[in-house]
Amino acid sequence: MSLDLSAIKSDFPIFQQKVHGNKDLVYLDSAATSQKPNQVIDALTHFYRTSNGGIHRGSHALAERATMLYEDARSNIASFIGAEANEIVFTKNATESINLVAYSFSNATAKKQQGHALSDIEARFVVGPNDEILLTEMEHHANLVPWQELHLKTGVQLKFIPITDDGYLDLETIDTLISERTKIVSIVHQSNILGTINQVEKIFAQAKKVGALTLLDSCQSVPHMPVDVSQLNPDFMAFSGHKMLGPNGVGVLYVKSDILQDLSVFITGGSMIEVVHLEHSSYAKGVARFEAGTQSAADVVGLSAAVDYLRKIDMQNVHEHGLDLTQYALEKLQESRGVKIVGPQTMKERGSAISFVVDDIHPHDVGQFLDADGIAVRVGHHCAWPVCRRMAVPATTRASFYIYNQKSDVDVMIESLQKAQKFFGV
Amino acid sequence: MNLESLYQEIILNHYKNPNGKVASVDSPDAVHHVNPSCGDEITLAVEMLDGQAHIIFNNVGCSISQASASVMFDLCESQSVSKIMEIEDSFLELMQSRGQGIADDELLGDAIAFVGVSQFPARIKCALLPYMALKDAISREIEGVSK
Ligand SMILES: Cc1ncc(COP(=O)(O)O)c(C=O)c1O
Repeated sequence: MSLDLSAIKSDFPIFQQKVHGNKDLVYLDSAATSQKPNQVIDALTHFYRTSNGGIHRGSHALAERATMLYEDARSNIASFIGAEANEIVFTKNATESINLVAYSFSNATAKKQQGHALSDIEARFVVGPNDEILLTEMEHHANLVPWQELHLKTGVQLKFIPITDDGYLDLETIDTLISERTKIVSIVHQSNILGTINQVEKIFAQAKKVGALTLLDSCQSVPHMPVDVSQLNPDFMAFSGHKMLGPNGVGVLYVKSDILQDLSVFITGGSMIEVVHLEHSSYAKGVARFEAGTQSAADVVGLSAAVDYLRKIDMQNVHEHGLDLTQYALEKLQESRGVKIVGPQTMKERGSAISFVVDDIHPHDVGQFLDADGIAVRVGHHCAWPVCRRMAVPATTRASFYIYNQKSDVDVMIESLQKAQKFFGV
Repeated sequence: MNLESLYQEIILNHYKNPNGKVASVDSPDAVHHVNPSCGDEITLAVEMLDGQAHIIFNNVGCSISQASASVMFDLCESQSVSKIMEIEDSFLELMQSRGQGIADDELLGDAIAFVGVSQFPARIKCALLPYMALKDAISREIEGVSK
């Protein structure tokens, strides 16, 4: 089924404007952040106009209504990814979600060193120099730097699944990379820079065999394709609401329920406690234990509206539309003189973010030219600097697509690229 | 939007035929500066001889940062530290002028062409990168000499 593109686009008020005077806005930067439909913006303002109150605090009408909306949103978002409500922790963004997991390692390790008793679950999070964390060379800084910090604090070793020259994970040595020493395998589902969709099932199955935990960074997959945790079976999964039509400031961490109940806490304070004394406290059970302080309730409700919006279009349709545009853009870019795609050259295991370089024009200059024509792309290393080094490019230009894009957006970009080439005489 | 004001002829010429750039900088005193938002990089070393700065650098990056390094080299090579600091200050002022330029522009020579860059907030860092590296390298060189 093809999407009703004009109806969809008219739901996004941002496209009503002209940029740089008289240019239609062509937004090809949804991998950085997506635009928001009226349905999400309205859900936010409606919450503030009618239901704003302190969630899980107070017993007046507004506090109760706000709490109900917040918890309904949790159930709705859970079912969107095939999870249960008691497995969904709200954070600020995916970066915080991944930090929560990395800190559960350093916190469990520190408690052990202080001689505190650990639960069986917590014990799986104690690491030292003889243990390993397995990542890939393809990770966003958000799934790299927290583990580097964990290495500095505990001595745990970092290992990486390499990338092939054409931008896929090289699984040749996976049998030796995953061993009894591996404590967690943390992998990006779809690369934000190469567009590669990683075949994580095999890697996760291998990880489970040796008793390692698994984390899936699904920032670029949950917005664009059906993702079901009961099929992929990760222990943790992180994503950000703002990349899937939702508001800024709300991220999700899915945690398998048997792990969640005993996991070390991360951010502590109000709302996550059971009983508090001056010198020690006990903590709430379940997801509340990981939601300290006043939560961004309106944003959670807004994310739930975004999920409703996507569900109505149907994630299979969203996915197919993205693949259609990607295929069209790959062809057009490959036909263009002096343009090289960085990452998979074909549609095999590939999603809707395309990085490319233009001979003799730096991406920053490419981006400047596109911007002058009203086209928003991302330039630079896309928070994946090691990927640029591995692919031997200093930076790239990235076009990424979503439900409000159409093939003519690709055509406009190609035309603008030709103008830049003419200007720089290449 | 006026791309011509950004990419002035002088800038494009320096970009295509940069001055002062060497294939590699081996000096142990070299500094390495990067622009983390776009990946531009410069490695630069300064040697002080008879009160004059001698500059070598190698860089990768966009047209603005490459051209800026070339113009900076033309302005600052064989100058005294105090003159270089004057140039740096004027150039910084130019970059903060939001396209208005500055009153005393004689000091800056070709660098005046960068006035257009000051209207593009994302590109100001590109133009300043080589100047930041030079400033850093000079202060290291001076500290090293006084030790
Ligand atoms: C693959 C991937 N992981 C993690 C992140 C971090 O997301 P956020 O900045 O919303 O925390 C991003 C987005 O930039 C991403 O694309």
